[in-house]
Amino acid sequence: MLEITNLHASIEDEEKEILKGINLRVGAGEVHAIMGPNGSGKSTLASILAGRDGYEITQGSINFEGDDLLEMDPDERAREGLFLAFQYPVELPGVNMSTFLRHAVNSVREHRGQDELSAVDFLKLMKEKAGLVHLDPSLKSRAVNEGFSGGEKKRSEIFQLAMLEPKLAVLDETDSGLDIDALRIVSDGVNQLRSPERSFVVITHYQRLLDYITPDFVHVLVDGRIVKSGGKDLALKLEELGYDWIKEDAVVA
Amino acid sequence: MSTTGTEYLNEVAASDYEWGFVTDIEADTVPKGLSEDVIRLISSKKAEPEWLLDWRLKSYAHFEKMLAEKGFPTWAHLDYPEVDFQNVSYYSAPNSKPKYESLDEVDPKLLDTFERLGIPISEQKMLAGVAVDVVMDSVSVATTFKDELAKQGVIFCSFGEAVEKHPDLVRKYMGSVVPNTDNLFAALNSAVFTDGSFAYIPKGVRCPMELSTYFRINAAGTGQFERTLIVAEDDSYVSYLEGCTAPRRDENQLHAAVVEIVAKRGAEVKYSTVQNWYPGDAEGKGGVYNFVTKRGICEGDDSKISWTQLETGSAITWKYPSVILKGDRSVGEFYSVAFTKGKQQADTGTKMIHLGKDTSSTIISKGISAGNSQNAYRGLVKINPKASGARNFSQCDSMLLGDRCGAHTFPYLEIAHPNAKVEHEATTSKVGEDQIFYCKQRGISEQDAIKLIVNGFCKEILAKLPMEFAVEAQKLLAIELEGSVG
Repeated sequence: MLEITNLHASIEDEEKEILKGINLRVGAGEVHAIMGPNGSGKSTLASILAGRDGYEITQGSINFEGDDLLEMDPDERAREGLFLAFQYPVELPGVNMSTFLRHAVNSVREHRGQDELSAVDFLKLMKEKAGLVHLDPSLKSRAVNEGFSGGEKKRSEIFQLAMLEPKLAVLDETDSGLDIDALRIVSDGVNQLRSPERSFVVITHYQRLLDYITPDFVHVLVDGRIVKSGGKDLALKLEELGYDWIKEDAVVA
Repeated sequence: MSTTGTEYLNEVAASDYEWGFVTDIEADTVPKGLSEDVIRLISSKKAEPEWLLDWRLKSYAHFEKMLAEKGFPTWAHLDYPEVDFQNVSYYSAPNSKPKYESLDEVDPKLLDTFERLGIPISEQKMLAGVAVDVVMDSVSVATTFKDELAKQGVIFCSFGEAVEKHPDLVRKYMGSVVPNTDNLFAALNSAVFTDGSFAYIPKGVRCPMELSTYFRINAAGTGQFERTLIVAEDDSYVSYLEGCTAPRRDENQLHAAVVEIVAKRGAEVKYSTVQNWYPGDAEGKGGVYNFVTKRGICEGDDSKISWTQLETGSAITWKYPSVILKGDRSVGEFYSVAFTKGKQQADTGTKMIHLGKDTSSTIISKGISAGNSQNAYRGLVKINPKASGARNFSQCDSMLLGDRCGAHTFPYLEIAHPNAKVEHEATTSKVGEDQIFYCKQRGISEQDAIKLIVNGFCKEILAKLPMEFAVEAQKLLAIELEGSVG
């Protein structure tokens, strides 16, 4: 599905390297959690996967389903099945949620050689997927993210994920700013979307999200490098001992 | 802005003008130049009564005086060379039968022109139920649905025909809202206007269909100076649409129109414009200079005048559709989307003059600037000492596409009554890289993303346009944004 090899990256026009040789392999249907302290490069990794401007890849490669991901425009990546749930979803004033999603769903469908969805089928799909994350039906007729609460924005991201049915979903700190109820709803939604064909990269600062979304693998990112990988127990150990334990470990290693 | 973003915005900024073709039709054109003789010539070509010629000549005298004393108005946020009024031809008529009883008699080339413009004068489109008056260069060439309207007592015809058949109405109302001394361009129009549209809605009649005028400048080196006069008697209603295009030409063409609206007690007039005159090329060569005076008076109590405009064309736009709120509880509205690109400059807005008690006005203006264009909102809200209970709400939003364009807001308030309620809001936003990236991450192309964002920005205004027009307007905006030739 996804293979990141020796990825080095910095912010454009800045000397400082943020990612210093990331290696990561995500197989079909796997859920990988990437944990790390603030400033370790987690969100940079998410941005680079989605193709956000402003980063310079100095070394390494990313292969997605056999293609060179770094060669693709962000919209191409999305149409190929890469989805990013944003940490801070952007507001699009006046742009109706269903208009927006119809454009999105139909561009993805067109790319896959499928027909456009009829208005009726589209509305049916919206209704079904909104139910996954208990999204208030009125949100669909509102402008994209405009005036949404923090929790609504995150639920709306998972709702969009469900609508677009990607092969790989990257969740960038989806748990930040969520209370425990919202966290449960969002996690339930994600769990229902898990399938043998769909992989997840879950980026988080805290272990608590992983109580709800059980990862197959946990990687710890510190200072631009993955310093430790393991099963879900690694997350629990981190919770108990904090990142300092890993940092010391990394220095010793 | 991302590199692709900049590229696309450059494309938007440089996009082509679809309506720039020239129709090869023989025309009767008066030589260039402005003088009393030219005015007499226009008046005689139109076989006008003496009173009208007098009015024209008086207007011309005002014009001369204003030009000599004050020169060109320079207060607008516009930069253009002074117009050489002697280098314009003030009359051009497609050379065929002066009047048409039915569309069958109209020169097929002319019909073809309007077909290409997508203007609904063909039989098929008439089913859409819009009565259309078509003005090419200086004269009205076709008015549809006239008989149907006449049954209800509605008069809808070219201005020239109104002068001939309804001289009393024309004489009573012409210049009553926009005097021929109002400003330089209004004076010029009053002196040399050639045709336009006239609509009269009798007492208590709800006009059964949208009335529509399409203006087209075709002949080279001509100006277009049309007048529109709409009179709505007590408790009547009319919705009026106006659309305009011009061929692509290297020289600047002058357009100076006057629109007057009179709304009597309880009457409502809704005036919608899609202005798409040729804007000039990407380097700023050519394009229409659009100097328009549009004003309505809510003369009677409980009357309402509403201006809705989508301005995408013209090299220079100088236009402030205004409402004089004279009747008590009368209502004025101004809804505007102005889109500029390339080297276009727009200075547009409104004036709401509150005279009556409990009058209210709403102003919502959306400016979108791309390329190297300059887009200004200029508005005046004036509340007279006797206008107790007057209210105004103004909202001016500007959106910038790229970083070479400018948006400006010039709101003026003159409040002379202590209990007036006036609210003003203004925002400026840039189509953010973040917004575009968000759309792209959902699989939406950059072009579609910008279209979605811009449409979202002006949706509430486009929704005010009559249905058929709203669709056209959205298409037009999409084409303007796309930069493709159709």
